[in-house]
Amino acid sequence: MYAPGVNSSTTLSSSSSYNNDRPPSAEAVEVATDPASGGFFNSDYKKHDDLKQMLDSNKDNLKLEAMKRIIGMVAKGREASDLFPAVVKNVVSKNIEVKKLVYVYLVRYAEEQQDLALLSISTFQRALKDPNQLIRASALRVLSSIRVTMIVPIVMLAIKDAAADMSPYVRKTAAHAIPKLYSLDQDQKEELIQVLEKLLYDKTTLVVGSAVMAFEEVCPERIDLIHKNFRKLCSLLVDVDEWGQVVIINMLTRYARSQFTDPNLQDVDEDEESKRPFYEDENEVDEEQQEKRAPTLDPDHRLLLRSAKPLLQSRNAAVVLSVAQLYHHTAPRSEVHQVAKAMIRLLRSHREVQDIVLTSIAATATRRKVMFEPFLKSFFVRSSDATHIKLLKLEILTSLATESSVGIILRELQTYVAAHDPPFVAAAIQAIGRCASNIKEVTDTCLNGLVSLLSNKDQAVVAESVVVIKKLLQTQPSAHREIIIQMAKLVDSVTVPQARASILWLLGEYSERVPKIAPDVLRKMAKTFTSEEDIVKLQVMTLAVKLCLTNPKQTKLLCQYVLQLAKYDQNYDLRDRARFLRHIIFPADAESGGPTRLSKQAKKIFLAPKPAPVPESHFKDREQFQLGSLSHYINTKANGYQELPPFPLEAPDPKARDVETEPQVMEQAPLFTAKKVSSKKDSKFYSDTESPDESEEDENSSDEDDDDDEEEEDSSSDKDEEEDDNEDEESSGLEEKLPKKVVKSNAKPKSDEEEEEDESDEDDSSSESVSDSDSEDESSEPSSVPKKQTRNAKPAKESTPVVKPKSNLDLLLDLDDVSPAFTPIMTPSLGGFLTPMSTPSSQVKTQLFPDIQPASAVISPNTTSELLNKINSSGLEIKYRFTRSPHLYSPSMASAELTFHNHGPDELTDIRVGEKPTSGGVSIHDFAPIPSLSPGSSLMGTIGVDFADSTQPVNFEIKIGSDRTYPVALKVPVGEVIRAVTMSEELFLKQQGGLRGMNENTAKLSLTKPCSDLKSLTNKILTVANLGVIPNSDSSTLRFAAQTLSSKSTVLVSLLSSDNQNLTITVNCEKMVIGSMLITQLKACLAD
Amino acid sequence: MIHSLFIINPSGDVFMEKHWKSVISRSVCDYFFDHQRKASSPEDIPPVIATPHHYLISVYRSSMFFVAVCTTEVAPLFVVEFLHRVVDTFEDYFSECTESIIKEHYVVVYELLDEMLDNGFPLATESNILKELIKPPNILRTIANTVTGKSNVSSTLPSGQLSNIPWRRTGVKYTNNEAYFDMIEEVDAIIDKSGSTVCAEIQGYIDCCIKLSGMPDLSLSFVNPRLFDDVSFHPCVRFKRWESERVLSFIPPDGNFRLMSYHIGSQSIVAIPVYVRHSLCLRESGSGGRLDITLGPKQTLGRTIENVVLEIPMPKSVLNCGLVTNQGKYTFDPVSKLLVWEVGRIDVTKLPNIRGTISLQSGSPPVEANPSINVS
Repeated sequence: MYAPGVNSSTTLSSSSSYNNDRPPSAEAVEVATDPASGGFFNSDYKKHDDLKQMLDSNKDNLKLEAMKRIIGMVAKGREASDLFPAVVKNVVSKNIEVKKLVYVYLVRYAEEQQDLALLSISTFQRALKDPNQLIRASALRVLSSIRVTMIVPIVMLAIKDAAADMSPYVRKTAAHAIPKLYSLDQDQKEELIQVLEKLLYDKTTLVVGSAVMAFEEVCPERIDLIHKNFRKLCSLLVDVDEWGQVVIINMLTRYARSQFTDPNLQDVDEDEESKRPFYEDENEVDEEQQEKRAPTLDPDHRLLLRSAKPLLQSRNAAVVLSVAQLYHHTAPRSEVHQVAKAMIRLLRSHREVQDIVLTSIAATATRRKVMFEPFLKSFFVRSSDATHIKLLKLEILTSLATESSVGIILRELQTYVAAHDPPFVAAAIQAIGRCASNIKEVTDTCLNGLVSLLSNKDQAVVAESVVVIKKLLQTQPSAHREIIIQMAKLVDSVTVPQARASILWLLGEYSERVPKIAPDVLRKMAKTFTSEEDIVKLQVMTLAVKLCLTNPKQTKLLCQYVLQLAKYDQNYDLRDRARFLRHIIFPADAESGGPTRLSKQAKKIFLAPKPAPVPESHFKDREQFQLGSLSHYINTKANGYQELPPFPLEAPDPKARDVETEPQVMEQAPLFTAKKVSSKKDSKFYSDTESPDESEEDENSSDEDDDDDEEEEDSSSDKDEEEDDNEDEESSGLEEKLPKKVVKSNAKPKSDEEEEEDESDEDDSSSESVSDSDSEDESSEPSSVPKKQTRNAKPAKESTPVVKPKSNLDLLLDLDDVSPAFTPIMTPSLGGFLTPMSTPSSQVKTQLFPDIQPASAVISPNTTSELLNKINSSGLEIKYRFTRSPHLYSPSMASAELTFHNHGPDELTDIRVGEKPTSGGVSIHDFAPIPSLSPGSSLMGTIGVDFADSTQPVNFEIKIGSDRTYPVALKVPVGEVIRAVTMSEELFLKQQGGLRGMNENTAKLSLTKPCSDLKSLTNKILTVANLGVIPNSDSSTLRFAAQTLSSKSTVLVSLLSSDNQNLTITVNCEKMVIGSMLITQLKACLAD
Repeated sequence: MIHSLFIINPSGDVFMEKHWKSVISRSVCDYFFDHQRKASSPEDIPPVIATPHHYLISVYRSSMFFVAVCTTEVAPLFVVEFLHRVVDTFEDYFSECTESIIKEHYVVVYELLDEMLDNGFPLATESNILKELIKPPNILRTIANTVTGKSNVSSTLPSGQLSNIPWRRTGVKYTNNEAYFDMIEEVDAIIDKSGSTVCAEIQGYIDCCIKLSGMPDLSLSFVNPRLFDDVSFHPCVRFKRWESERVLSFIPPDGNFRLMSYHIGSQSIVAIPVYVRHSLCLRESGSGGRLDITLGPKQTLGRTIENVVLEIPMPKSVLNCGLVTNQGKYTFDPVSKLLVWEVGRIDVTKLPNIRGTISLQSGSPPVEANPSINVS
């Protein structure tokens, strides 16, 4: 396995290894293998000799054993640095586990043994060129983790190379290495930012999270680097790993605060009004409605909020809280409450999570009461909660208290007072006090309740109540003489100093209400003065002085006595206070010059009306920190905390974020440019919209997934090949490309190029992108369409190493290693699955007409028709709807979505397709049989029908159970037997030229009401028929194209308007019947 | 992000430490011990402790403290959540996570920690990926490794890491394809003295054990999905599909995982399956106290209730209990003052009952409140 020769050559002159003097003999090894022999260990001077011996042996398992023991020492925190030379030479070991453990050791001790650590560097440099991506990545990881300043240039080079690596995993490692190098040498910042910029442009979900993390650590102030990536980050957000999501959302919150204007500046009132109704059906509210609600919101701002929202459903509490803080800090006021429910859910998590979430809620609740009011009961304290959790819950309960809810809260608080947990009881009493002073209606009730607590058996309860009552009385001292008297009596029994001090203060303040009692209490206190606590002594003095001023006859002597006692107290505060008071009250003592000016004012000074304390949440001042951050939790600025900037008054130029298309175009789906530029931008947008048609497509596609994986695999691997071919062509065309070795995906070079262009003329980016796609039509279209449809598969595809002809051999070899990753991965994660999968049909057609591309339907009609009536079938109702997405089974099938609903009283079992037509080219692919459908429930299914390019209803049977059979007829509108395609304008005209005469149908039509813009008709037409929009230079003409499903004959529709009212529709189609039926349909739809 | 991790056992020994950046002396844990001393129970230690130069963020699981040390601003929940994930991973690997198990498998633990964080930032936390990188230990593999000289560490990158479904490993094959689903529902209720429910909520989980070959794509539909209005999902669930159709559609990870958890809040009506009739009187004419508790079923829809356990944390002054049960066993721990009654199944015809006397410490202050009763 491992020749001794190699061993000795790699040991070099490294240290005085035991081994160099005496080559390992079999016997020596045998002795050493017995690790249990404790004798070796205990003798101090050669305690690690056995380990060294094992490390120098040529047997892997001995080395492994030794390494394991060394790691054990490292893990326990024991010193193992003297083994460094012996361990480091094993860095070349072939055994992967030994190597890994050596890496772990190296990272731990390299800092202490810098010179020796350098010996290992060449190994890593070699490994950085390894064909195996795991080895490349781990070499970079270890290399960058070795904190030795000498190797900074080497690491810098390695990071640069790795950032351009074709494996996303290696690029991710490069992103991780950036902050490591930065912390080692801050001077590298500029260079690192350049690398980082490149990594931020990366479109792989694996990389972006780490890249943003590096951004936050290295250059959080360079917000300009985010502009171009903003939309990409938003759309990738759901697919990034959980940890990346947290970092990205936190960063984007800061970004949003600096780039968008405050959504709450205007129309505050309107928001308040619309709060309730929207809350309930939040999920149904579609995008447009949301736009209506906050018309001033920047589309990008909306995009951010919309793409973060699904993450509230994440299992990771950190992600949920980060979304919550995003909404808290940047969302319009009317939308913030959406996060409350998810935050409440986190309260069932671990204790630590609860604590942090409750802290956040407590801080939020001081400002947004309404948000958590519906969840009041979730904050009720359980006996099993830890004390700090209980205290937080109390805090929240009190801040949430309103006139309506205070009753139920007080009832709870009453129960808490009887609990076992002293700090909690104290807090509960304080909470009652806070409720009482915040809500005037209950003040008296609370006060009575608190007074009754004064007779409680527990000292602590009494003391706490006294303190709270004192505060309450300050707010309304008028009518509470009895309470003051009762409290004065307590002086004899209460021992808690805080409470005694409170009582004394009260007596002093309101002494004129209890003129008899106060002097008596003072007398008692003077007696016990010396044994009191400092805080009580201070209050005794205050009481003495106040009484002396109001009632000098009785108390002057007492006062003097008290001050005299205080003068000789041990505490300097007391002595100071005594001196100060004496000079004001008894100035005559000092000099015989009569009352000074101060003493004349003494009454005003001591008996001035004092403002009542306003009990406030101590969470109020946390507002300055970002919610959920460490600084927020500890309420001090933590090291490295990034301030959340205030919203700018004027938003910075939103064009900075434009990458390819104008945001306007993105916002309205069915428009020419948006459709044509079938770029990744588009597809991302799709994955985020919530319009119903897409969910249909999606449902369809996932049904296909269920059906068979095999086909999917074939098709996509075919696609890969196609894509490869394509890319070769394309990349050879791009001559001024950077000396990048690898093209990661077809999208990559294109966007690079565009970005360059973008910088030069940013103003007309939209027209530029249109022309761009036109010019690149030939090369990019075939791959860009499947691309668009399979956003989910994208990362997998991007990882596909597409090697340019000139790439070096190493990289070619790497293909073998990566191959397992080729398996087509179609899974969508959280949000990605909306986009339909690409289907075999795209492939077939591309071969037939290389220039005609299938396009996905822009609109999928919502009209449903009845397939089976519930009356005919004893309760089963089946409705169908064409989804306009290709059926997986065959591209020539139209897929219809069936909705089964059981209206009957009985359960229906085994619903399936019975006999079906076999002749005339018509065929049906069954929906998955439904084993049972309980009464009142409904289910969905998908059926594929090949209509053989006719619009004849297809007749088949639905069977329920073993004996019931119902004939049904599936009618198809002509608009559904065709499928949208796109092609260039020239091709359209050329094809149209070939379909004249019999194949052409023309109709004239005048609109009932004139339309200003022809384009507004597009929607109407697309609802009726599955047509693809053709880009168009002429504004008075609209062009659409499609193919029939079965025979793939081209269908061309053009709409020409002479003025705003009169239209000429032309339909060219090989199938005359289809042509004429389509024109009738179109006429009918445009007429009304 | 996370600078170092210390694992501390209940007696205050730091028995494992791992540093992802330069080494931080374990003396930083002294701040933690200060707080530990102050706290009355391990639960009361605040999860975040700020020290002059470091921030200690800790979680308490299986009677061990996992203390992460950070030096700069970081979302505390991020660290807490990660630490819990670490413990979950250990539990997944070693089936339980105790001090002795961590000590026994320190190499695997160390390798795992090394893989899970890079420079303090999470790298791979999906158990499917980790299991491909580092094989979980089991006896069979240990023997096989010694014979063949193979190791527990994989030399190739797990394909899942690169795909869009990082949670599932590729090339899974089973001869028997099986999928098991566990529905777990927990009812939390607060009931006042008079027996009326103050608040009750349900927390439910669907845990899966899926052993299916290839890339299965599963859908799970519910009879009445409208009940779930507050849910959280494993990342594999297609959220949009849930939103539109209320169907759980997902490609599952291989092995055990929690598919979803849901929460039914206090706004809706929750049926509580048992009731407790209690009479507890401490300090009865010098001798001690008297206790009489009866359990009964309530709104069970004909199902039997099993594994009932009753816990009463007694006040400090209680010395011992002399109780008689007509069903199940009871134990009283004089140290923690916890009375536990394992009832088992509730039989409707003969309601379980516990009664007897409680001896109190003589001369102790009177007990001011009745203890609360936990039923599970």
